[in-house]
Amino acid sequence: METLFKIAWRGLWRNKRRTLITTTSVFLAVFLALFMRSIQIGSYELMIDSAVTEAGHLQVHDSGFWESKSINDSFIYSESLKNKIEGAENVKTVIPKLETFALGSYGEMTKGFMLQGIIPELEDLRKNISDKLVEGRFLNTNDDGIVLAEGLAKFFKIGVNDTIVLIGQGYQGISAVGIFPVVGIIKYPIPKLNNFITYMSLSKVQEVFAPYHPGLVSTIVIDLKSDKNLKTEAKEINSLLGSKYEVIPWTIMLAEVVQQIEGDNVGGLIMLAILYLIVTFGIFGTILMMTMERRKEFAVMVAVGMHRGKLAIVVCIETLMIGLMGVVSGILASLPLLQYLYRNPIPLKGEAAKMMLEFNIEPIMPFSLELFIFSNQGVTILILAFITALYPIIYVNRFKILKAMRS
Amino acid sequence: MGVIKISNLYKIYDESKIPVKAVNGIDLTICQGEFTAIVGPSGSGKTTFLNMVGGLDKPTKGEIKIDNIDIGDLPPRKLIDYRLNNIGFVFQAYNLIPVLTALENVAFIMQLQRKGKKERNKIARELLETVGIGDKLDRRPGDLSGGQQQRVSVARALASKPKFILADEPTANLDSKSTNELLDLMLKMNKELDTTFIFSTHDQRVMDKARRIITIDDGKVTSDVRKNGSK
Ligand SMILES: Nc1ncnc2c1ncn2[C@@H]1O[C@H](COP(=O)(O)OP(=O)(O)OP(=O)(O)O)[C@@H](O)[C@H]1O
Ligand SMILES: [Mg+2]
Repeated sequence: METLFKIAWRGLWRNKRRTLITTTSVFLAVFLALFMRSIQIGSYELMIDSAVTEAGHLQVHDSGFWESKSINDSFIYSESLKNKIEGAENVKTVIPKLETFALGSYGEMTKGFMLQGIIPELEDLRKNISDKLVEGRFLNTNDDGIVLAEGLAKFFKIGVNDTIVLIGQGYQGISAVGIFPVVGIIKYPIPKLNNFITYMSLSKVQEVFAPYHPGLVSTIVIDLKSDKNLKTEAKEINSLLGSKYEVIPWTIMLAEVVQQIEGDNVGGLIMLAILYLIVTFGIFGTILMMTMERRKEFAVMVAVGMHRGKLAIVVCIETLMIGLMGVVSGILASLPLLQYLYRNPIPLKGEAAKMMLEFNIEPIMPFSLELFIFSNQGVTILILAFITALYPIIYVNRFKILKAMRS
Repeated sequence: MGVIKISNLYKIYDESKIPVKAVNGIDLTICQGEFTAIVGPSGSGKTTFLNMVGGLDKPTKGEIKIDNIDIGDLPPRKLIDYRLNNIGFVFQAYNLIPVLTALENVAFIMQLQRKGKKERNKIARELLETVGIGDKLDRRPGDLSGGQQQRVSVARALASKPKFILADEPTANLDSKSTNELLDLMLKMNKELDTTFIFSTHDQRVMDKARRIITIDDGKVTSDVRKNGSK
């Protein structure tokens, strides 16, 4: 084996320039592929992350709520309901909230927005809302105050300690009206949210919007320990709860995010395929030349008693070395760059930024350092290299000694 | 031990319209320790004959029995092993492995025979010293002269302790000084190790050193002369 390796390794460097060019092409392909995939996977992660942060992995509603979005399709949240959900093995957290629309009024200005009645501590734990504070404080458990997104605050020209009037339709047609002090202002990077979101404590929203139905919620947000099988998980929980409820995974609630990711991913894979096709032909050309140049040598080796299988090993080692050198150098070169960009994502401007904002995603170009990105590229190249070795392997197993020796 | 018995051997190339009878009915016995030259005009069938004896080519008809084993009956993998363990080859164009050093080239054969590293390096070194390349062990073939390369290939051919060594025009690419040195070396090995040598040549000086001269013409043996003092 040692000598086979020697023959292969030295064989590679007989034509230094050719081997270097081939290895460099593999290197460049791996480098480019890693860069591209890192951005893609990174942005998918960001998209999924913000989607899941917003929606949770699963949501439980009164069945029909997802269609109607009406507060009338709400339900009473109880310990027993919570226990039932937590009966599913994969469930990590269960958090209820009451979401509804409301009209706000301050001074001359009036505007509709979404009001989220939340359990402040739990919601903050999930979404780190308090990190987004630009003024004031975040809500406490039974807070009477309201937290506004910055865009809304600017619209109303309202500040902390001012009071805002809320008007809305409560549960089963009652009218919900109240005056609430602004206790904090948060800033969302995404304009759609920044102009639309307000938070109050769940207890306060229930008091105002459903005074006769204590415990009313519109939504239970479920986070799972693993997001592998969202759909089966949703089915399982739905069967625990019964058909009065609907359990919807985020991939359905935010289907456009999933579609966007899938479409983009296919595009990326096609690019990779083209890149790798070119590189594969490069490796193939080099390996083929290396084999054909050494027909005579190979014939002599078989003549003096070397089995053809060992020659095949030599050719394999050569091919895999070209692949491996390219892969390893490609990974080593891209790792520091990707690591840097992972820590310092590039902010986006213009069209790309607009598109991302439409999907409620922060306009940055994030990079991913997921291991599978690297291993996928490495394994792909090595498999392709091995495929290119097939022809030489067949050749060394078939060639006629005398004919090859005369060449 | 080491008896080569060739009977009724034919090789007919019929790829073209007129079949070429390159070897046209040869019967011969070559015994252990012989130092035999195969001579004859160009195209007479020397190379074809040696290739068949070496198991590199299949006869159209007839058999080659080495110690009663018909090498034509061996399946391909067995035949490779047979060549490895029983036949040494010296080629006109040396045909050493260019990426291996002189020492590695000789040791390579013993590695194919699964000899241990220490043992094969020791034997390879001794052989190369015997053929006069002891001070150039680490040179690659490209850095050796033709005569030196051919001596390495004699060492390589001897490395497997073969029953016999086949050499198709081993001196054709060498000048007269190197030719003489190589012949003396082959004779010495023949005497010391009792290894059978069968080689083809056009060179009168080489024939002069041979102990037995087999002349082939048109694929047939036309004369077979043993010199005095030979077996
Ligand atoms: N592969 C082949 N296909 C067809 N004919 C062949 C082939 N190899 C050899 N021959 C023919 O067989 C005959 C014998 O050739 P061979 O090479 O054995 O002669 P040789 O005695 O070695 O000649 P030289 O002294 O020139 O080396 C020649 O007529 C040659 O043209
Ligand atoms: Mg010839």
